[in-house]
Amino acid sequence: MAAIMTTTTRSRRRKAINAETVLIALGVLALVLAPLYVYPVFLMKVLCFALFACAFNLLLGYTGILSFGHAAFFGGAAYFTAHAVKEWGLTPELGILVGVAGAAVLGLVIGFLAIRRQGIYSTMITLALAQMFFFFCLQAPFTHGEDGIQGVPRGHLFGLIDLSESMNMYFFVLAVFLLGLLAIWRIVNSPFGMILKSVRENESRAISLGYSVRRYKLAAFVMSAALTGLAGGLKAIVFQFATLTDVSWHMSGEVVLMTLLGGIGTLIGPIFGAAFVTTLSNYFATSQLPVTLVTGVIFMVCVLVFRRGVIGEFYASRLGRRLSQPKTEHCAEDEPPRS
Amino acid sequence: MIFDIPIQAFLGQLLIGLINGSFYAMLSLGLAIIFGLLNVINFAHGAQYMVGAFVGYLLLTWFGIGYWPALLLAPLVVGLAGMLVERLALSRLYDLDHLYGLLFTFGLALVLEGAFRYWFGASGKPYATPEALSGGYNLGFMFLPKYRGWVVVASLIVCIGTWLLIEKTRLGAYLRAAKENPTLVRAFGINVPLLLTLTYGLGAGLAGFAGILAAPIYQVSPLMGTNLIIVVFAVVVVGGMGSILGAIITGYMLGILEGLTKVFYPEASNIVIFVIMAIILLVRPAGLMGREA
Repeated sequence: MAAIMTTTTRSRRRKAINAETVLIALGVLALVLAPLYVYPVFLMKVLCFALFACAFNLLLGYTGILSFGHAAFFGGAAYFTAHAVKEWGLTPELGILVGVAGAAVLGLVIGFLAIRRQGIYSTMITLALAQMFFFFCLQAPFTHGEDGIQGVPRGHLFGLIDLSESMNMYFFVLAVFLLGLLAIWRIVNSPFGMILKSVRENESRAISLGYSVRRYKLAAFVMSAALTGLAGGLKAIVFQFATLTDVSWHMSGEVVLMTLLGGIGTLIGPIFGAAFVTTLSNYFATSQLPVTLVTGVIFMVCVLVFRRGVIGEFYASRLGRRLSQPKTEHCAEDEPPRS
Repeated sequence: MIFDIPIQAFLGQLLIGLINGSFYAMLSLGLAIIFGLLNVINFAHGAQYMVGAFVGYLLLTWFGIGYWPALLLAPLVVGLAGMLVERLALSRLYDLDHLYGLLFTFGLALVLEGAFRYWFGASGKPYATPEALSGGYNLGFMFLPKYRGWVVVASLIVCIGTWLLIEKTRLGAYLRAAKENPTLVRAFGINVPLLLTLTYGLGAGLAGFAGILAAPIYQVSPLMGTNLIIVVFAVVVVGGMGSILGAIITGYMLGILEGLTKVFYPEASNIVIFVIMAIILLVRPAGLMGREA
């Protein structure tokens, strides 16, 4: 690709990168200043869900596998982290690593079974296996059933920084979030990420080119699960509890909605989706109207008329196209995964 | 006594399993029909089952219409509503990736559940067993409530009837042909879009019928279909998605197996169907009666 790139596209590319860098820098600056104006706990919730949605999008947007069982990784990691910190007395960062490892193992098992079928079948399989994990969490002694794990200490980061200070906690969450995002960006823009995209676009072609597609799919599944676990473990530390809500299939649905709303297959779309959905559910939590009614309507409207999502629409617009022209991946993604 | 378990408990759970299996069979049959022709995984199937039960309940409380007319009216209402949804929304998604159909019906399920919870609250509402079917038979080893027997019979009739409709009639032949090659079937002058609408209506109607049938056994509540639908998904994966007969047989089989697990190892009864699904995926990914896609 680099070899055939002409000088004009190269200079355009530089311009695009500059524009993107400015946007990213502005975004990070906004996140650093945000806790001065917005309730930090709410911001941390948004960041956890944003990381969750981005990790989910790694699988749906870049590999073309729709998982309806990501709640198992998210809520599962929350349980593992909460248990490790509360019962074993680990420091928060080690606790989160336990959560990540647990989610990765779960991802390996569920992913291995799910990719034995293709497309819509694997979606049903992920859903069923995640539901099985839900029943496991309901009955296993260490999760404390309906009560969940309560009163998880936030502890001291590396044994030094007191995380019960909400500003310390916020910047720790922000740092983890940015690291997670960087990891996803790196995966997507690596040769490995290119192969994932080729699997999404045309699986049989990728097989005929000699790629062992199953192995790539499984690797993507495990990475997505591990990053989801990072978000889940982080959430358990922030809110100091882990409950069944996070493993239920409504959570799996919610993350699909966040990704769809923000833009499937865009790097920053899911962040917008997560912010929007979290704000919305906070707003409707106090009203009489059930949240599911509202999210359901948004789901239907999105699927019918707004399939590219907010960021997808932006990339498809004239301004967005000018900003990111040489990166054809964005323009080519008018209608994400077709089979 | 079998393995220290009283025979009454054994047979009782067997019967409960058979009844659950009847619902699994009816619901997975509807899912399989819709998927077979429309290529849509109908996530709203559980919600449509719930709506069927609610239609029966509301007919009784608002208009005083009893069980027997409701048994006909509830599936009709749910089926017609389903056809409307298919015409207005689902039909626009056929050209896209299948996952959009799944996501749309998922949204629909959330809306239906949310709306019913908003109007009627989350608590269950009792629906009286019709008079002709109250009471039961004493079989000597156990007591069989009449209504439960009727559920098994009714679901068998419906399942076999639907199977015959699809395998043996002219309409069924059209359906199967449209599944293989819709373009060609259209070229023969058959209205395929109408066929798709009718199919979705039939599938939704089956869910509605299962709902009204379930109303006297389980309480009528907005959440009654929520967890059921995921189990039914697993049943469909085990049976093989394309196979209608497979859906029916696995439905009954897994229901009974679940009942037996309740006797021997109650802790696992919630997950036994999912475990079986995982095993089937390992040894025969296409499902028991499915063909490799």
